[in-house]
Amino acid sequence: MKNNGMSIIVRTVTRFVYGLIILFGFYVIMHGHLSPGGGFQGGAVVASAFALLLVAFGSTGLKGRLNLHWLQTMEEVGALSFLALAFLGIGTAFFYNLFANSGGFLFGASVPTGSNAGVFAAGGLVPLMNWAVGLKVMTGIAAIVIIMLVGSRKEETE
Amino acid sequence: MTALTLHAPVLLIALPLLGAFATPLIGKLGKGARNTFVGLIVLAVAGLASLLAVSVFGAGGVPTVYELGGGTFTFPLSGGQVPIRILFEVDGMSAFMGLITALIALTSAFFSFSYWRERSGGDLYFSLFLLLTAGIFGMVMTGDMFNFFVFLEITSIAAASLVGFRVWRKQSQEAGFKVMAMYTLSGLFVLLAIGLLYGQYGHLNIAALANSLQGSLTDMIALGLLLTGLAMKAGAVPMHMWAPDAYGEAPAPMSAILVANSQASLYGLFRILFTLYGVTVSTGTMGWILIVLALLTIFVGVTMALIQSDLKRLVAFGAVSQIGYMLLGVGVGLAVMATKPEYGLVAMQGGIFHMLNDAACVGLLFFASGAVIRAAGTRDLNQMGGLGHQMKWTSIFFAIGAVALAGVPPFNGFASKFLIYEASFKLSPFLAVIAVLSSIMLLAVFVKAFQAAFLGPRSNASAHVSDPSPGMMVPMAALVLVIIVFGLFPGFFVDHIVTPAAKALWLGRDAYINAVLGG
Amino acid sequence: MNIGNLPFVVAALLVLFGLYTFLFKRNLIKLVIGITLIETGVNLFLVTLGYRTDGISPIYTFAPEAQKMVLPTPQALTLTSIVIGLATTALLLSFAVFIHRHYGTLDVRKVKELKG
Repeated sequence: MKNNGMSIIVRTVTRFVYGLIILFGFYVIMHGHLSPGGGFQGGAVVASAFALLLVAFGSTGLKGRLNLHWLQTMEEVGALSFLALAFLGIGTAFFYNLFANSGGFLFGASVPTGSNAGVFAAGGLVPLMNWAVGLKVMTGIAAIVIIMLVGSRKEETE
Repeated sequence: MTALTLHAPVLLIALPLLGAFATPLIGKLGKGARNTFVGLIVLAVAGLASLLAVSVFGAGGVPTVYELGGGTFTFPLSGGQVPIRILFEVDGMSAFMGLITALIALTSAFFSFSYWRERSGGDLYFSLFLLLTAGIFGMVMTGDMFNFFVFLEITSIAAASLVGFRVWRKQSQEAGFKVMAMYTLSGLFVLLAIGLLYGQYGHLNIAALANSLQGSLTDMIALGLLLTGLAMKAGAVPMHMWAPDAYGEAPAPMSAILVANSQASLYGLFRILFTLYGVTVSTGTMGWILIVLALLTIFVGVTMALIQSDLKRLVAFGAVSQIGYMLLGVGVGLAVMATKPEYGLVAMQGGIFHMLNDAACVGLLFFASGAVIRAAGTRDLNQMGGLGHQMKWTSIFFAIGAVALAGVPPFNGFASKFLIYEASFKLSPFLAVIAVLSSIMLLAVFVKAFQAAFLGPRSNASAHVSDPSPGMMVPMAALVLVIIVFGLFPGFFVDHIVTPAAKALWLGRDAYINAVLGG
Repeated sequence: MNIGNLPFVVAALLVLFGLYTFLFKRNLIKLVIGITLIETGVNLFLVTLGYRTDGISPIYTFAPEAQKMVLPTPQALTLTSIVIGLATTALLLSFAVFIHRHYGTLDVRKVKELKG
């Protein structure tokens, strides 16, 4: 085993569960404008699946599935797309919600006031920003976890 | 007002932020592309800061209000409306701080291009640098307490990462941990105070809070927490333990921007004392608290600089002591704010002008000491000596920065320190005596350091040294130019940029509130 | 004592415990734990500020009509503060990792290259 990864039980359960965790994370991001949650929370849930993989299989088990270089690039892309969305409304003001109530296909539906059943197609830029933040957070936290693991492993070998 | 000026407050934050996230991507194309990109960003930021300053100073004391995600309200509000969105509010003081930050960001970015050329990790270095710049601009532009906290934490994280950037040096890891711990603690004090204020008044906007502040016991506790937290982050004695470590261990150009970061916390402190609380507290008592902090900072900073043998750490303690002069000037102004005598405004002008002068002088000193340490390969003054034979220009620049910081005419440090001496003498001669004596001691410290590093016979360290490349000389020369021009024509700058900033704090509380809530 | 005040007491205790840990413990990891405790206390304080007795969560999806809602702003503030706390804790811990690599210890009394 060479202290790399955990027992067969943990690894088998992880194989079953990690896809579901990622799916749940995406659900939380997707419904961020309607229910508790959003980009950060969903992204953290997805990243926790990566952390689980890391704990169960050790750093060798994660190789080939996640590449640190790729993670960092995607983090920058997430941050940049958030900023780009914020810049979209600069004609009025920074962060101006250009798409809200526009009637367009990009979350442009208007919402009745008061209690309602939730309109998924509403919110304008907010759901898009949730996706941008979600991308940044899931890749960012995964990168932090991997870097810390690599750092602590070096220490063990020293 | 053009569209660019209108959006300047937010662009000043958004552009460096964009740069911070795009730099690692553009860095994949090569160092040249990355340096060009970072250079363009800082140049654009400097242009925007100047544009904003011209517009705000031209408006005659009426602050500019910018609503994030705007389009709903027009400012000033009318008929009892309450600001609910995040606002940026730029008055004379904010625009002035923007100028300081732009000056330091511009020079340290261009200095870094040469300084960090041979080192790896430049993409992250410039990314963190731009993030720190964005955070500082955010702190000085924002008109919202919680937003202020967020930017405070952004600067904390970026600054601590830069302090510990050289992971191969064990001292910088120690300094990085210490800095991050102190910054986090100060941030939490500020957050707790914001919670106390929000719980009472239900506002986060500074103008709306200032309008409804009662001066109750809870407000006083919040003020104490804010004062402790921000003085800690500005590096005022007795909460200064992290400051010399941070300035000393950060890469040289980043030490300069860390000083700008400390000044931004000082700005936050002044904003809270003058604009948020203002007349609702006993300004005399608060002023004297600032004065005591100031005297301690000046005295401890200078005395500790006296015993250093590490060149960078010596300059770092000099930088700590200068925070005291700013606190002294503004503290005297605050102490007499209720009666508003003539010399109160002079003290404010001195303290605020000294922020700009300190940024230029300390920036120059950090650049020069970074160049010296790079060339000599040691930080220890005892092992240097005779460097001036080959490093003529660097030694001249170091000397100019040192005498300017110590307040020798005809340089800019004298111009601002003289205003501080004059005004504090009128409040109490004792203050002026301490301030003058400490300045003389600081001069002695720098003469000692200069003599140890640059004069004397050639030593081992000075065998193969030379002046740094033009890429480092030009930013230093630019700061020297600033120092000399400000020293020769202080009247012009005091009238046109310092006085509006001082008046915005000292007299501008009502204008600040009215710009949001309406008369 | 009013039971509604209990969260404030807990928040104050958390902050005090955190300050005690920060000031008197000698291990770098324990210092980080102290800071995290203070942070948790402050977050609890913030989120309690927005609580209204019998309030429901401030979301209109399937919300009962005419029901009191708790304040959403402090929740947003708390969330932001948690996010920032994540970043600071990660940074502090990575400094601790590097300090351990260089000094071979986490005892603050032995990590003292910089003083005076």
